[in-house]
Amino acid sequence: MIGTEVLVVGGGLAGSVAALSAARDGARVTLVSKSESTLRQASGLVDVLGRVDGDLVADPFAAIEDLPESHPYSVVGTEALREGLALFDDVTGDRYRGGDRNALVPTTQGTVKPTLRYPASVAPGIAGDGHETLLVGISTDPDFDAKRAADTLAGTVPGEVRGVTVRFPRLRDDAKRTRYAKLLTEDAEFRDALVEKIAPKVDGADRVGFPAVFGEDPAFVRAELEAGFDAAGEPVSVFEVPTGPPSIPGTRLRDLLRHELEAAGVELVTGVPVVDFEAESAGSGDEDGERVTSIVVDRNGARVPYAPEQVVLATGGLVGEGIDSERDRVYEPVFDLHVPHPEDRYDWSEEPAFGDHAFARFGVRIDDDARPLDADGAVAYENLRAAGAVVGGADTATGKAASGVSLATGSRAGTRAATAVTQS
Amino acid sequence: MATTTEVLVIGGGSTGAGIARDLAMRGVDVTLVEQGNLTHGTTGRMHGLLHSGGRYAVADQASARECIEENRVLRDIAGHCVEMTGGLFVKRPEDTDEYFQEKLQGCRECGIPAEVLSAAEAREVEPYLATDIDKAIEVPDGAVDPFRLVVANAVSAEEHGARIETHAEVVDLLTDGDEVTGARVQHDSGPGKREHGLPGETEDIHAEHVVNAAGAWSGQLGEMAGVDVEVRPSKGVMVVMNVRQVDTVVNRCKPKGDADIVVPHETTAILGTTDEEVEDPEDYPEEGWEVDHMIDELSELVPILSDARTIRSFWGVRPLYEPPDTGTTDPTDITRDFFLLDHADRDGVDGLTTVVGGKFTTYRMMAEDVTDHVCDLLGVRASCTTADEPLPGSENLDRLESAMDDYGLRSPVARRSKERLGSYAPEVLGTDEPNPVLCECEAVTRAEVQHAIGQAGTDLNAVRLRTRASMGNCQGGFCCHRVANELHPEYDAETADASLDELWQERWKGHRHALWGEQLSQAMLNHTLHATTWNRDGDDADVDWDAFAGPTRTATDGGSHDRD
Ligand SMILES: Cc1cc2nc3c(=O)[nH]c(=O)nc-3n(C[C@H](O)[C@H](O)[C@H](O)COP(=O)(O)OP(=O)(O)OC[C@H]3O[C@@H](n4cnc5c(N)ncnc54)[C@H](O)[C@@H]3O)c2cc1C
Ligand SMILES: Cc1cc2nc3c(=O)[nH]c(=O)nc-3n(C[C@H](O)[C@H](O)[C@H](O)COP(=O)(O)OP(=O)(O)OC[C@H]3O[C@@H](n4cnc5c(N)ncnc54)[C@H](O)[C@@H]3O)c2cc1C
Repeated sequence: MIGTEVLVVGGGLAGSVAALSAARDGARVTLVSKSESTLRQASGLVDVLGRVDGDLVADPFAAIEDLPESHPYSVVGTEALREGLALFDDVTGDRYRGGDRNALVPTTQGTVKPTLRYPASVAPGIAGDGHETLLVGISTDPDFDAKRAADTLAGTVPGEVRGVTVRFPRLRDDAKRTRYAKLLTEDAEFRDALVEKIAPKVDGADRVGFPAVFGEDPAFVRAELEAGFDAAGEPVSVFEVPTGPPSIPGTRLRDLLRHELEAAGVELVTGVPVVDFEAESAGSGDEDGERVTSIVVDRNGARVPYAPEQVVLATGGLVGEGIDSERDRVYEPVFDLHVPHPEDRYDWSEEPAFGDHAFARFGVRIDDDARPLDADGAVAYENLRAAGAVVGGADTATGKAASGVSLATGSRAGTRAATAVTQS
Repeated sequence: MATTTEVLVIGGGSTGAGIARDLAMRGVDVTLVEQGNLTHGTTGRMHGLLHSGGRYAVADQASARECIEENRVLRDIAGHCVEMTGGLFVKRPEDTDEYFQEKLQGCRECGIPAEVLSAAEAREVEPYLATDIDKAIEVPDGAVDPFRLVVANAVSAEEHGARIETHAEVVDLLTDGDEVTGARVQHDSGPGKREHGLPGETEDIHAEHVVNAAGAWSGQLGEMAGVDVEVRPSKGVMVVMNVRQVDTVVNRCKPKGDADIVVPHETTAILGTTDEEVEDPEDYPEEGWEVDHMIDELSELVPILSDARTIRSFWGVRPLYEPPDTGTTDPTDITRDFFLLDHADRDGVDGLTTVVGGKFTTYRMMAEDVTDHVCDLLGVRASCTTADEPLPGSENLDRLESAMDDYGLRSPVARRSKERLGSYAPEVLGTDEPNPVLCECEAVTRAEVQHAIGQAGTDLNAVRLRTRASMGNCQGGFCCHRVANELHPEYDAETADASLDELWQERWKGHRHALWGEQLSQAMLNHTLHATTWNRDGDDADVDWDAFAGPTRTATDGGSHDRD
C-alpha cells in the first residue's frame, strides 16, 4: 500500500484547487488523475455566478443569497468561495484580472458573457465602456466569424463594433489553433505580415480582438502586435476573445495549475483511473458510519492500492466522467455515491434545448464540510469529500458558475481534509 | 398575388418530387409546393432501405417485383444516393425453417437474386451477428439517402422548367363548382428560397390540374375539396447508432414484426421499426419504450447493439391507404401498395388526382403512373424517360470517379464529400477560397455548406439534409454555429441567429431520445459549450452596463481582489 495523507482523485480545476489548498495547509498530497481535465475544452474564463432565474447577475456575492438550498454555494457558503478565489488569485497573479463584480466578455458567438475572473489578455475587450472595437477572424477558423459576431455585438454593446476576416499567411485550411499560436509567438515576420493586413482596417478603432490564439505567453504576443500597430500609425490595445475547444487559454490555465501543484510538492500521478476502494466501519458503534481505507488505481492493468487518510473526489461531472448513466440509472462510478435523479429518463431533460434540464444538475450532494451524503442525507464516508462538477444540485452552465463552484468546493474539501489530517 | 401553371403538385416528398420531375421532363409546366423543406414529411423520416423486395417476397409479391425492378433503376439513375450494401435475412433458432424456405422461394419467384448462407458464411459477411444464428439468405438490399434523392429530383425538375416552392403551405383548394382549379398557398417568408424574418404572403396558384401527393396529410387536402381520402397514418420509430455496427442490411427472417431490421446508413446504423396507427400525422406520442424495444430486440441479431451508443431517434408516419370498406384492423396488414385516386371518376370532382401509399423505393414508378394519368387528361403525348435519365449529381459517375482530384482536402474528407456531391463535386469543391471542415463528424466542408445554402436559403435544416452537417455523434454541438456563420453576411446577423436557434432545437428534439451513457455526456458537453462558453441561452437585450465591471472601470469598482 502506498501511504499518503490526502489523496485527490481527478486533476481538473476542482482537484487542483483541493490539492493546492490541502498542500498549503501542510498536508502531504497525492493527486491521481485518469486523463485530461476539461480545462483544455473550457474557455479559460472563471465564471462565478452570472445568471439567476434567467437574469444577468452583476454582483455574484449578493446574488448567492437568492440561490436554492440545493446549490453548492448555498451549502458551502460565500466564505468557501472567497477562499477559493483568493487561492486562484494568488496562483494566477497578474495573468488574470477581475474584481468583485462580473465583467461582460464578448464571445465568439457575438454574445457577452458574465464572468468574474478572466485572462489579462481578455481584459481590454470587456464590453460596456463604449470603446470602438475591431474583431479579427481567421478565414480558416470556422468557429469565429468576426463579421457575424461584430454585427451581433453591435446590436447590444455600447460603441461601434466591426469585424474583418483575414487569411493568415502561410497556413493550411485545416491548421489547428496551436499552429497559429506557435507562429504568433515565434515568428516576427508572421506577426508583421498580419499587422500589415489588419492595420488598414483599424480605421479609428480603440482595440482589436483576435480569437484566443496568443500561445503560452499572451503578454508577449500582445505587446508585439501592439508595437506593430503603433508603428503602422494605428495605436490600439490588442485582446483575445475566448473560444470553444481546443482552447488555448484553458490549456494555459491547466499548465499553470500543474506547475503550481509541482511547486507545492503535490505528487502527481496521471494516466491512472481509480477503479476500486475499500471501506470499514469508522468505530465500534452503529452511528459511527464508515471510512474509506484504501483506493485502488489501475496502472496499465495492474491494481495499485493507496492507503490515504483523507480522500477528495474531484472526478468531474457527466463530461469529466465523474458521473455516468445507463438507460435507467444515473450513478457515481467510483464509490457508487447517491446521485438523485428522476426515475423516468424522459424527465432528465426538457423539450426546449435550453430548458431547465435535470441532467445539468446531476451529481452527488454534499454537506458544508463537502462530504457526500447518502440517500437519507447522512454522511457517506467520514473521510471522503467531493469537489467540482461531480457535485450536483445546480445547472452551472446556464448559471455561469462552473469554475466558481469548483473553486468553492475544491477549497472547502482541500482545507477540511488537511485539517482532519492534522487533528488525527 | 396570383399565378398560373399547368399542373400544381402538392407535397415535396419523394412522390411529389418524382411527379414534378416526370411532368417537367415531358414538357408540362409544373409548380410544386411543400409546406416545410423538401422531405419534411415521411420521406425525411424513413429507414433508408432500398428494398430488394425481399421483405415483401412472401406476403405481397406484387410489391416485391416492383421493388427489385426499381432497385435496379435507382442504382442506374441515382448512383450518388445509393449504397449497395447487400442485405441478409437472418434465421435465429426460434424462427421457423418453414418461413425461411417460403422467403427463399418467394424471392426466387419474384426475380430477386437470393443466396443461402451458412451461419459461418453469414458471420463472415457480418462479424457481429449473434453466434447462435442458424443461417441467412443474401439479397441485394441497399441503403438510400432520401434527402439527396429528393433534392436531385427537384433540381432536375427545375432544370426542366419547373417551379419548386418550399415553406409554402396549401391552406385551401380553389374550386369552381365541382372542379378544383388551383390552391391558395401561404408562403412562410415570401416566394423563393427561405429567408427567416421576411414577411409571409399568400399566393393563389391556378392550375389545370392539381396532384395531391401530401402523403399522410392527403386526407386533409381531400377535405378541402370535399372528397374523402381514407389515409390511415401509422407511426414507426428509428434509432440511430453512433457507428456502423453492420455494413449490410440485417433483417430478421420471420413474418412481419416490430424491431426486425438494421440498415447501415452513411456513418451510422439505424434500427427499426414499429407500426402503430395514430390519429394525427403531426402530433403523436414518441415514447422511450419504443426506443428500448428496438435495442433489446435487435440485440438478439447483433448483440453489440445492447451496449452501443445511440445518438438520436426519430419517428415517421406511413401514409397507409385502404379503399373504403376494407376494414383492416391491424395496420401491419394494410397493403403497402400505392393508390391513384381519380376524383373525377370516384367523386365527380374534376381537376384533382390523389396519390397515396406506396414506398420510397418505388417512388419513380408511382410518379410515372400518376404522370401518365395526368398527361392523358391534359392531352400530352410525351412518354416517360425518368428511368433512363440519370439524376443531377449522378451523371457519368464512373468517368468522374477516376478523373476527380482531392481538391486540397484530406483524403477521408474528400472521399465523403465526393460521395455526397456526386458529379457536382468539381463545381462545388474546386474553390480557391479556404475550405475548412465545418462538421468533423460527417466531414462536411465550408464549400459544401455554401452550395447547400445557395439552394436552401436560411433554412439550416434543409442545409443539414443536403450535407449531413450536424448529423453525427455530437449532434451539432460543435458545428451548428459554424454552419450558421456561413449565412452571414449574405443574411444579417439576426437572421443567422434565428436560423441557428431553429437548427439547434431540431437537433435537440431527436437527441433527447438517446440521453444516457456517452450520449448524455455529449449532451452535457454541448450544453456547457453553448450555455457556458457562449452564453447562448439568454436574451440579454437590455443590459445595465454601469452595474458591471469594465476595462476602464475595474480600478474603481471597489473589489478587494481587484488587481488592476
Ligand atoms: C466545453 C467546456 C467549456 C467550459 N467553459 C467554461 C467557462 O467558460 N467558464 C467556466 O467557469 N467554466 C467553464 N467550464 C467548466 C470548467 O472548466 C470545469 O469543467 C469545471 O470547473 C469542473 O471541473 P472539475 O475539476 O470538477 O472536473 P473536470 O475538469 O472534468 O476534471 C475531472 C478529472 O477527473 C478525472 N477522472 C474522472 N474519473 C476518474 C477516475 N475514476 N480516476 C481518476 N481520475 C478520474 C478526469 O480524467 C479529469 O482529469 C467549461 C467546461 C467545458 C467542458
Ligand atoms: C417508419 C417508416 C420507415 C420507412 N422505411 C422505408 C424504407 O426503408 N424504404 C422505403 O422504400 N420506404 C420506406 N417507408 C415508406 C416511405 O417513407 C414512404 O412511402 C414515402 O416516403 C412517402 O413519400 P410521400 O412523398 O408520398 O409522402 P411524404 O414524404 O410525407 O410527402 C408529403 C409531403 O406533403 C407535404 N404537405 C402536407 N400537407 C401539405 C400542405 N397543406 N401544403 C403543402 N405541403 C403539404 C408534407 O409536408 C410532406 O413533405 C417508410 C415509412 C415509414 C413511416
